[in-house]
Amino acid sequence: MIRVTEEYVAVQEVINSLSREVHGAVVTFLGTVRLWTGDRKVLYLDYEAYPQMAEEQLRLIVNEGKLRPEVEDIAIYHRIGRLTIGDVSLIVAVASKHRREGFEACLAVVERIKEIVPIWKKEVWGQGEVWVRSEGV
Amino acid sequence: MKVTGRFFALYRERIGKSVMEIDIEDSSNVEDLVNLVVNTYPSLSSDASKIVVAVNRVYAEHDCVLSDGDEVAFIPPVSGGCL
Repeated sequence: MIRVTEEYVAVQEVINSLSREVHGAVVTFLGTVRLWTGDRKVLYLDYEAYPQMAEEQLRLIVNEGKLRPEVEDIAIYHRIGRLTIGDVSLIVAVASKHRREGFEACLAVVERIKEIVPIWKKEVWGQGEVWVRSEGV
Repeated sequence: MKVTGRFFALYRERIGKSVMEIDIEDSSNVEDLVNLVVNTYPSLSSDASKIVVAVNRVYAEHDCVLSDGDEVAFIPPVSGGCL
């Protein structure tokens, strides 16, 4: 699965999308919307994407990740639109032969998503709003 | 030639548009286009040379030459995933 969508997708559905080859480990990561950023109490987040390019970049990341030894499959779901506290914004699931490679690949995928996928997050709190990490440009 | 400019997030808010058709000289490159847009919309960015761009959904350098009909997206620093 590689999906960028406003729809809710459950983590089990992401896991179920992984290939059915024999694997020993499935590592999942959930990125969640947290209440506090520093001393700002977050009301909600607005996620925006360049949809076609975001999915293509996720596909690149999946292909990169599957080159890692022992990694068998990777699924990524990124939610966009308005998210509130406790919502899941990102799910990454990695199927691998052994656990160490799975954990390492999962972390690498999450880091890579933050680097190259055209998805932006606006954080809104009581006194204002900011496009996270964009304001300095 | 005509290219389509696409603007997202902070850039979209700064100039008030998410998409626009842009007339530009044949054989222009990304730098020419970015400079044209920043000159027209100075609020977009204080430094045109730092703007990241994708041409037809692939990241491109500023010396990339454009073709008629290209889609050029202006990409603010990404912040997907989670912090």
